[in-house]
Amino acid sequence: MDISRRIVLHFPPRVTGQPVVYRLAKDFDLTFNILKASVSPGEKGLLVMELSGDQENYDKGIQYLNEVGVKIQSLSQDVVRDEARCTHCGACINLCPTVAFSLEPKTRRVLFDHNKCVVCGLCVKACPPRAMRVYF
Amino acid sequence: MSKTIAEINEKIKKGKAIIITAEEVIDIAREKGSRQAAEEIDVVTTGTFSPMCSSGLFLNLGHSQPRIKLGGGKVYLNDVPVYTGLAAVDVFLGATALPDDDPRNKFYPGEFNYGGGHVIEELVAGKDIRLVATAYGTDCYPRKKLETWINLKDINNAILFNVRNAYQNYDVGVNLSSKMIYTYMGVLKPELGNANYCTSGQLSPLLNDPYYKTIGIGTRVFLGGGIGYVAWHGTQHNPHVLRTDNGTPKEPAGTLALIGDLKQMKPEWLVGTSMLGYGCTLTVGIGIPIPILSEEILRYTMVSDADIFAPIVDYSEAYPQRKPDILAEVSYAELKKGHITIQGKNVPTASLSSYPKAIEIANILKGWIERGEFLLTEPVAPLPGAESGITFRPLKERPIME
Repeated sequence: MDISRRIVLHFPPRVTGQPVVYRLAKDFDLTFNILKASVSPGEKGLLVMELSGDQENYDKGIQYLNEVGVKIQSLSQDVVRDEARCTHCGACINLCPTVAFSLEPKTRRVLFDHNKCVVCGLCVKACPPRAMRVYF
Repeated sequence: MSKTIAEINEKIKKGKAIIITAEEVIDIAREKGSRQAAEEIDVVTTGTFSPMCSSGLFLNLGHSQPRIKLGGGKVYLNDVPVYTGLAAVDVFLGATALPDDDPRNKFYPGEFNYGGGHVIEELVAGKDIRLVATAYGTDCYPRKKLETWINLKDINNAILFNVRNAYQNYDVGVNLSSKMIYTYMGVLKPELGNANYCTSGQLSPLLNDPYYKTIGIGTRVFLGGGIGYVAWHGTQHNPHVLRTDNGTPKEPAGTLALIGDLKQMKPEWLVGTSMLGYGCTLTVGIGIPIPILSEEILRYTMVSDADIFAPIVDYSEAYPQRKPDILAEVSYAELKKGHITIQGKNVPTASLSSYPKAIEIANILKGWIERGEFLLTEPVAPLPGAESGITFRPLKERPIME
């Protein structure tokens, strides 16, 4: 069975010199779509990507990442809305490239669907009351 | 049928007044008919919660020992500079003021994470604020430096005085250029990537009283979660504009100057706000009661999103170059569907004004009046109408030759 997950990879400095993503594709036959990357050799690295493939291969790939010391987080936890600060104005709604925000038709409150978020960060700086935050 | 404000206040005191919101009135009055509805309904409450840049705070900080003359000196509150051109310890904090070391748009687009609006929010929230001041020293005010924490509860006066609030209608901002632009209408994506609007439409105070027949100088209002008053017509008040048959302006028109004691306001309704690439401001909550004095006044409050039209303006060229070009007019009902069509293109819409918060404000005000905690006031003077001859003038530049 094929699955697809959006994940955040945190690379310790000693791993950033290794061709980790190449191995995921070559050894485990996984397809990847990099959404955001900040990786320099010898420094801590961050990679946000969508990883897809056969469930068994996917699990093996994740196991490989764990073995080499890459910390994995599921993506949806990384952009968080501060509910107390959100004023439900809606400024974020037409900016989000993945349509993670929507309006509840009756109340016109802004809904945020974590599962659609790819952590591009556009909403974070564009939010007038600064209610959207990225957590790593 | 006609009623007076005094009669409505008597009903409020007896707990017998009928108060509904400007959203509720639309269906109720259509069902009952405006004549009967005008007899039954006493007050319609409105609301708006939007960024309003011409907002600010007069503070009297109290006298230190020895005394310091802040007037003519330099004063910072949490690193945000305040205006000191007043008496010894009076200062003015503007919503858009920025710390001297804020990079502004040097790193474009600037983030503008903290400014005057944020200091106002923190003051109302009861947080301690860092005051740093330098002065030149005089015989009667010898001190030259002052660094202290201040708190809203300890200072003499904190008067919120917003010289322009509650705009009666506003532009819809779009971007025709090929680059992303960062404006006070939000982030506008290239080539008509999005369209942003900024009033509460059918709930907006002045859109429910289009000819200023009940709202005037002295009108008591909900301001920032507390009680405030209409002090004057706001700056850029421009009553003489194109209007629909029912009086609704088809472009930005009337404005209000509002005043109130910050000490009884709430941080939830005065929110420090950052517009990416543009600056800091304050999002202000305002609610205004409209006494239903006649069937005519009731009919104005029946205005719905389908009756309110806003001009679509290109903020990449027409607005900055002050060209009068309007791309089209669009109703709030269309804007609220989430997409509009401009030049054949399907454009997603968004609001910078919070409709859910506007409803909340209208309902809070309704509750205050129902409980007899808030009585209506008779305006002491009307706001200037179309007949006043007031127009919105551009700056006439004249070269200075010396």
